[in-house]
Amino acid sequence: MSQGSKIVIKDFNFYYDSSQALRNINLDIRPKEIFTVFGPARSGKTTLLKSLNRLTDLIFGSSHTGTILLDGKDIFDPKQNLTQLRRSVGFVFDLPTPLPLSIFENIAYGPRLSGKRQKKFLNESVEKALRSAALWEEVKDRLHTSALRLSGGQQQRLCIARILALEPEVLLLDEPCSGLDPISTASIEETLFQLKKDYTIILVPHNIQQASRVADRAGFILNGDLVEEGPVYQIFTKPRDKRTEDYVTGRFG
Amino acid sequence: MGAISAIAVMILILFQILREGLPVLHLRFFLESPKSMGREGGIFTTIIGTMALTGVAILFGAPLGVGTAVFLREYTREGKISRIIRFGTDCLAGVPSIIFGLFGFVFFVIKLNMGWSILSGGLTLAAMILPTVISTAEESIRAIPPSHREVSYSLGGTKWQTIIRVVLPSALPGIFTGILLSVGRSIGETAAVILTAGSSLVMPTSLFSPIRTMSVHFYILAREGISMKMAYGTGAALILLVLMINMIAQWLINRYIQHRT
Repeated sequence: MSQGSKIVIKDFNFYYDSSQALRNINLDIRPKEIFTVFGPARSGKTTLLKSLNRLTDLIFGSSHTGTILLDGKDIFDPKQNLTQLRRSVGFVFDLPTPLPLSIFENIAYGPRLSGKRQKKFLNESVEKALRSAALWEEVKDRLHTSALRLSGGQQQRLCIARILALEPEVLLLDEPCSGLDPISTASIEETLFQLKKDYTIILVPHNIQQASRVADRAGFILNGDLVEEGPVYQIFTKPRDKRTEDYVTGRFG
Repeated sequence: MGAISAIAVMILILFQILREGLPVLHLRFFLESPKSMGREGGIFTTIIGTMALTGVAILFGAPLGVGTAVFLREYTREGKISRIIRFGTDCLAGVPSIIFGLFGFVFFVIKLNMGWSILSGGLTLAAMILPTVISTAEESIRAIPPSHREVSYSLGGTKWQTIIRVVLPSALPGIFTGILLSVGRSIGETAAVILTAGSSLVMPTSLFSPIRTMSVHFYILAREGISMKMAYGTGAALILLVLMINMIAQWLINRYIQHRT
């Protein structure tokens, strides 16, 4: 394990009641890279992502073994401040999930939770987040209308902006383009490239093409096993494992 | 056929009461206190009584009911405890109002020595409206997509923050509807109110004053043959009051929903 890892996952197992969703995962995520976790449906990608900011805590009857280190600190440490963890490791869900509030209030939701109230501060952080998510130009004149009136692609960028307003370090994106048309998808991918400069990004792509387009490194997950990981060009051109090869060449999946 | 007859009955009742009652309704009728048992004067003190009693009932019943609904939906999974609570509220919903009145009389009026008062009556009504508030609030909380809560948690929200900022605002229209139904029920209740809040026509001065609500006034005027004319006037005023409350509330709900979508 290298010194410079942002996230280190060690011997990680995850169970829903008695069925095992993740088996002995070992993985290092480097700072400011886009790492993509891909594989067939129900192979454990979302579970892995949700484990990283402990959204899995909300799942009744789940359990885990092994450790996950963020900047060298165990996120399952009882002393870990859960609010702090979730703010520094942001999660974007597969379907756009704007809250039934205005655009402004959606973005300001996170800062408000931590007691930020000054109008000036909120205005600034909302604008900054929307600019980073490449949404500002489209919505700046209607910040106080309902976020539910935005298009799907705009809603998803809103969700990304909502996370950015918390000034996180890591972004977890779980098939952020699954409900979107190709044009919206392209704009989200463009946004991800921009964000890479400042954030570590872990992405579950909605297809292999997207993984190869945006990611630096990739990991292939199959039935809860991390089959192999490596630089994207290697994984997609000369995979070491037969199962990875079968999947990326479209023999199953 | 059923729908038509339902509407016909409603129109018939409204028509009858308004035809007899409307001629009595002058501004003075609303603003003057009743004189000689209600034969003369207006119904001012009974309007105050009605509002005070309903206010107390909602003040106690609504937070308790909404709190119970939040507990059932957000703090417990389906299990023994939630089944027991739900069974309890279902039973409560089936109890006739006169039994609530009897309970209020024995417990609040006599045992706790609060006498016939706004407080005794209000607390009795609070218990009576509890099932309505709980079930409507629970239903509207159930309708909130789980993803909204997950979003709140994923942004670092605590459970309490999530309930206050996401769950309750989304459930508000439903909760409001439940409270509205309860207001209607409280205003219309007679049996339980006579037993717990009394039937005094004197202007109340505190929560421990006995009062007479409009419904009780109507009942006494008609039942004791004091004045059918005044009874109909009170009835018409009652109908207009309920209508007005419903319209204002509906307007508020619509504005709130429009604002959020």
